[in-house]
Amino acid sequence: MTITAESSLIHTQTLPNGMTVLIQNMPWLRTAAFSLAIPAGVQQEAESKAGLSSLTCEMVQRGAGHYSSRDLVAVQDNLGMDRSCGVSSAMASFGAAMPAESLHDALQLYSSIVRQPHLPADQLDDARMMMIQELRATEDEPTQRVMRRLRELHYGNRLGRSNQGTMESVTALTQDDVREFFTNKYQASGAILGIAGKVDVQRVTDVIQQAFGDWKAEPDSNQVQPSGQSKYEFIESQSSQTHIAFSFDSIPYGHEDYFRMRAGVGILSDGMSSRLFDRVREQRGLCYTVVASCNSLKNGAGVFGYAGTTPERAQETLDVTLHEIDHLTDDLSDAELDRWKVRIESGLIMEQESSASRAASLVSDHYQLGRAMTTEELESKIESLTLESVRDYWTANPPANFRLVTLGPSALTTNKIAK
Amino acid sequence: MSEFRQTTLPNGLRIAAEIDSRAYSSSLGYFVHAGSRNEVDAESGLSHFLEHMMFKGTDRRSAADVNRELDELGGQGNAYTSEEQTVYYATVLPKFQDRLIDLLTDMMGPALDEGEFETERQVILEEIAKYEDQPPFGAFERSLEVYFGPRGLGRRVLGTSESIQSVTAQRMRAYFNRRYRPENIVLAATGNVDFDGLVAAAQEKTTTWSQRPNGGEPVADDPATVPVGIQLDRQLAIADASQAYLVRIGHGPSSGSDDRYAARALATLLGDDGGSRLFWELIDTGRAEVATLWPQEFTDTGAWFNYLVCAPDEMADNVKIFDDIMQGVVNNGVDQEELDQVINKAAAGCIMQSERSSSRLFSLGSRWLTHNEYVSIDDTLGKLRGLTVDAVSKAAQDYLTCDQTDILAQASGEVVSG
Repeated sequence: MTITAESSLIHTQTLPNGMTVLIQNMPWLRTAAFSLAIPAGVQQEAESKAGLSSLTCEMVQRGAGHYSSRDLVAVQDNLGMDRSCGVSSAMASFGAAMPAESLHDALQLYSSIVRQPHLPADQLDDARMMMIQELRATEDEPTQRVMRRLRELHYGNRLGRSNQGTMESVTALTQDDVREFFTNKYQASGAILGIAGKVDVQRVTDVIQQAFGDWKAEPDSNQVQPSGQSKYEFIESQSSQTHIAFSFDSIPYGHEDYFRMRAGVGILSDGMSSRLFDRVREQRGLCYTVVASCNSLKNGAGVFGYAGTTPERAQETLDVTLHEIDHLTDDLSDAELDRWKVRIESGLIMEQESSASRAASLVSDHYQLGRAMTTEELESKIESLTLESVRDYWTANPPANFRLVTLGPSALTTNKIAK
Repeated sequence: MSEFRQTTLPNGLRIAAEIDSRAYSSSLGYFVHAGSRNEVDAESGLSHFLEHMMFKGTDRRSAADVNRELDELGGQGNAYTSEEQTVYYATVLPKFQDRLIDLLTDMMGPALDEGEFETERQVILEEIAKYEDQPPFGAFERSLEVYFGPRGLGRRVLGTSESIQSVTAQRMRAYFNRRYRPENIVLAATGNVDFDGLVAAAQEKTTTWSQRPNGGEPVADDPATVPVGIQLDRQLAIADASQAYLVRIGHGPSSGSDDRYAARALATLLGDDGGSRLFWELIDTGRAEVATLWPQEFTDTGAWFNYLVCAPDEMADNVKIFDDIMQGVVNNGVDQEELDQVINKAAAGCIMQSERSSSRLFSLGSRWLTHNEYVSIDDTLGKLRGLTVDAVSKAAQDYLTCDQTDILAQASGEVVSG
């Protein structure tokens, strides 16, 4: 493969306060990107405070240091930052890609945002209303609705709960809640900062030391356990399609068998010649969208899938889709595995064109594994997979404990789930 | 830096490439001058249906072969259809260029098998049903139908359930032969491309394209009728919708107009989702879920979309705020400081785009197809940095004051506002 040793060298450093810094120089690029993940996600919310992590993530960006909310955006735009933020089950994440020369200023700016936000009380209701708009938007998106509910069934109501909260919980959140969550959770221990692109490693290390070196550390070992159970839930709606969401138990990214499992899901659903696309859509014309993918938390995982189809064909779509999943190992071929390998390896090489994508990978690898994998290491793991090892994994671990959510005019039936 | 090269083959096929030998990938695409505006009523949805059928096999490959080989190349590939063009593309590692050009070029001569046609008809009907369930529930299509009329640029790309149910493979074949002629097609390439190899391969594999029988133009539609399955009401009643969706359409610059840079900057300044006049008044305050606007350029004309999503009972108040912001920029123009912010942001976006060959493909191919013109990243940066307060303020007067058409989608029984 064409990945050079220089390009895959990852500089890893843990600051005394517990924040991990991962830097990868990609000298052929004109851009640089960072991704900062802080353990301030949905799992860190109190039981009754659903949505608090998202509300806090929104509030910290409404002014920080000597910048107002509008000043912050002006500075970010003038630095050319293409920015993103989001709250996952475990983390609140902030990131941006930008012309390489803006990186140092950007890091200092985000140090202010996560360490010295104003949390303006007079903007709390505005931020809350933004969240209520998102909740309303999800109500109008049947695909999002079924996937949100599926996640709750899969991981249990606590670990699987949405970062959006509910109308009731969001309405009840207070300024004190935000201030307290920020004070306790926005800190260095367990935080991960990934940087990729055209960077001077020594200089950016100095900038990070200055911006984050004296950030407080308040370790928190709180980890929510999965509690989901096999179940079918039907949501009645006069929609044009029946929206089918399904999941079954799986293993997380850090598990030693992860790539044996992942290859099977790839054969099922990655690409236009994959089992589900070919046999559900191309050969039978049952639907436009049918997919399955891996979802991985640190202490739980699942394979999640979706299909949308008109109501009169929904039962057949469900039956054929589940049949293909059940019979994955029946006729596995080397050609299928090889196609999946080329696909993954091409993606890894093309990731060299994107600093943002690489920075995000550094952080998610480190969160899941406790270290970042080099591209070469990942490539060799993929390359060494054999058809037998994939088949053996799926034979020993047949898909089980299905969860199913459908939305449409009428319910479907399945023998996968005990009544 | 990248290098631009182009040529036209004896059969009329045009080839354009932006070559960057440092890139890790190569992107190739066929851009075909065939979109919904080229259809007549009896062909409604055929450009898009045909796009699906191009993956369904050729004389040399079965449908399964096509999909399997695309996957064997590890490519991120697909296709899309718009009002004006159909595009087939993939991004692969440079070592796969020859195999990709062989596959894509072969796909451009589809078998159009009857059995595959019937199966795929069902997939298209599912795609139509899928969009019926998604916000804004057909309001964009309806706005184009009302604004341009239900034909030409107003013809919906997917067609209607009625038109898809009644169309035949024979009609598709005639449409294919009429539109997929070499003089209507551009082969575009970006990234780490072997241009001479590309041209030689394309020349060898497209010699028969000019021999496609052209049955001539179809019988024109009767403009006094409305195509089957089309409605032109400006209100859409959506069962159970939580939000109300307002689409407002007016005139915008064409893709050939020099105004387009000022218009795009104006749209960013007013409607960008990360900090713009509409953002601060309507999104940051939580009054609306979406409040934005953008110009949509076509070859010879343009549209301007305004889009507002919020709770139904707040629509009237929000429309007033929206209108006041528009009136404010029409009356008072824009400030140098906010324009600088827009330019800096857009310039950085250009630089980031230049790093991914796949993202350059579409602007290169579309531009060469429609205007036979190459616009480099540096050209775009020059145009951006040359924008003045006067030019952007004038764009506001030109495009924000013309007649507009409102389409409102919301739950039935809601109070109509605006």
